[in-house]
Amino acid sequence: MENMVQIYLFGKQYTVPDNLTIMRAMEYAGYQLVRGCGCRNGFCGACATIYRIKGDRELKTCLACQTKVENNMYVATLPFFPLVKQVYDIEKIKPTEQIMMQLYPEIYACVGCNACTKSCTQGLNVMQYIAYAQRGEYDKCAEESFDCVMCGVCSSRCPAGISHPQVAMLARRLNGKYLAPKCGHLEDRVKEIKDGTFTELIEALMGKPVEELKELYNNRDIEK
Amino acid sequence: MYDEKFKESLKAVEAARDENIAYEPARMTADEKDQLLAAYHPDYKKSEFSTLRIGPNKGEQVPHELAEMLEAHSRIAASDISLDDVKYDVDVLIIGGGGAGASAAIEADNAGANVLVVTKLRMGDANTMMAEGGIQAADKPNDSPAIHFVDAFGGGHYAAKRELLAKLVCDAPEAIQWLSGLGVEFDKTPDGTMITTHGGGTSRKRMHAAKDYSGAEIMRTLRDEVLNRGIPVVDFTSAIELILDENGKAAGAVLMNMETHELMVARAKTVILATGGAGRMHYQGFPTSNHYGATADGLVLGYRVGAKLLYADTLQYHPTGAAFPQQIFGALVTEKVRSLGAKLVNRDGKVFMHPLETRDVAAASIIRECSDRKEGVDTGDGKAVWLDTPMIEKIGGEGTIEKRIPAMMRMFASYGIDIRREPILVYPTLHYQNGGLDINVDGMSTTVENLFVAGEAVGGIHGRNRLMGNSLLDIIVFGRNAGQNAAATASKTTVGKLTLEHINRFDKEREDAGIKTDAVSPKLLPDYRRK
Repeated sequence: MENMVQIYLFGKQYTVPDNLTIMRAMEYAGYQLVRGCGCRNGFCGACATIYRIKGDRELKTCLACQTKVENNMYVATLPFFPLVKQVYDIEKIKPTEQIMMQLYPEIYACVGCNACTKSCTQGLNVMQYIAYAQRGEYDKCAEESFDCVMCGVCSSRCPAGISHPQVAMLARRLNGKYLAPKCGHLEDRVKEIKDGTFTELIEALMGKPVEELKELYNNRDIEK
Repeated sequence: MYDEKFKESLKAVEAARDENIAYEPARMTADEKDQLLAAYHPDYKKSEFSTLRIGPNKGEQVPHELAEMLEAHSRIAASDISLDDVKYDVDVLIIGGGGAGASAAIEADNAGANVLVVTKLRMGDANTMMAEGGIQAADKPNDSPAIHFVDAFGGGHYAAKRELLAKLVCDAPEAIQWLSGLGVEFDKTPDGTMITTHGGGTSRKRMHAAKDYSGAEIMRTLRDEVLNRGIPVVDFTSAIELILDENGKAAGAVLMNMETHELMVARAKTVILATGGAGRMHYQGFPTSNHYGATADGLVLGYRVGAKLLYADTLQYHPTGAAFPQQIFGALVTEKVRSLGAKLVNRDGKVFMHPLETRDVAAASIIRECSDRKEGVDTGDGKAVWLDTPMIEKIGGEGTIEKRIPAMMRMFASYGIDIRREPILVYPTLHYQNGGLDINVDGMSTTVENLFVAGEAVGGIHGRNRLMGNSLLDIIVFGRNAGQNAAATASKTTVGKLTLEHINRFDKEREDAGIKTDAVSPKLLPDYRRK
């Protein structure tokens, strides 16, 4: 027997099984989702949601696809939040402190309220990664923000109007392109391929009868 | 949190853990694999397939659910819309906003084409975003594109189109370099060496990763680049019918606003279908690891205008979908969990296979364990086997899980399961569309001119089974390729008079074949209401 709970979708009451996620509960109630539903597995950030349990003062945030319903849950989804996304040419910018100042100066208006961290659906230390961004420590900002799904909940709670996910996105690209160590063996291999080092080998494989390729495949030596 | 009913089996798994870590199970022989697949892999279950009665692949078998969509009515009649009322007029129209669509958009933009991306959800709502484990490229000194070729060709049962596979493996290192140049953060050692692991069926460690957010890291970076370039992206807008010109060349699409249902015409010199996979078709009733919009739209759109399919009868069931708790039923448990050392263990704590067989073999082996061998664990919603994640911490040291597979740790922690200390329950989940539209090496459909296809909607790159990490690779290599070639073709193309005559032709073919159906396609989104 399923246990049922009362939930309130945008204020309207529905009775749903208690083992459903908020997303599944909306569908159970009859919603055909278009907005507010993407990967359904916690990676895409489409289903940012705000809720309050009746009688509780605290406003909570979550991803609808990753959170079970509770009795007396008041749910409002936040399928879109107007983040500020500055455009830039990744080839022309440099990983200096000035670039944040130029593109996202509002991060220096952070009042340290920590509402972003408290609201993060991924449990990240958002205020900390913004602090790293302020100081131009993009490698640290990248690492601290890595699991961000860009749902935008942090920004919806920010009194300084910071678009945290976009700041982190910029930091990660700066880190990935300019600060992370260069990969020698990758550059060598790309050059070898361009120089035609493997052309003959590949062409030989292309021309081999299937039986010979089966032999090759079944007797491969496999790296330990 | 596991309740009482799992206790006994859990105890057996824990008791055997040290021994199981040391134990190196043999890999199956070619014959053993063939027999296992024939008996247990869903692709071999004849009763689940229908023969297509109309269209370019008439006489071939596809899953029932796909056959229904391929033979269905259009969502519109040709008379529903005026093709003179052109809302968007571009060089290259890209349908789909995942990894392939974004890569194509960037390259077409590079080539100077006027590009439009339409996507029925948001840009990045795609299977790319959910790819966890990694991306293959033979860039280590002990590896080569030739070895990569043999691994993939054998893993795909010798069915891949060789020229497509050769391009995939030869362009792989450059794809990694391109992504790095855009700022994608691959896992590296302090000296810049890529941290690479095995995937099922690889003979060299060539799986590059960004923790277990590999696809998400790639997708968000590509999306950011598309936005930086100011490439127009029209979201929440699906393509519901392709438009040909009077010469039979692809020349645009009828678009539908997903919220207002308004219809619009996009005219283009070339079209790229980058619509992704089909997990939400739930073939054979399987759960899926795919995103919400994975409904084989591109196959349907292409098929109706005469684009040929290849291997549309073969699907990939990822061996390790989450089987418990019920809230994440079918969600992907990345193969990287096994790359890092976790083994598959049955109800009695016995390792029943080598953890790094190819996906089709691993899935069939798990199904055998849970069916005929009766060695599955009862979850309440079906049977499952254990994936013994605590092995990873024992092998790699404490902290390995948090560092290398944080998304997995988070997903299970939401339901009170600490994968560092407790194993997880898994069962195959519908994961990937091996087949799709047939293309030439330039990315163009073999039968419809100026129609390019990229990403999961393509068939033939991987043959009849795909190796882990070759799909993220394929969307980049063939996405870029399609973008470059679609732009080049567009620069030489003059579009003739637009027509939707193919809808009538297809209707007549259906009628002549005596097919009675109320179904309309493409499906666009699954319907989970009141379920």
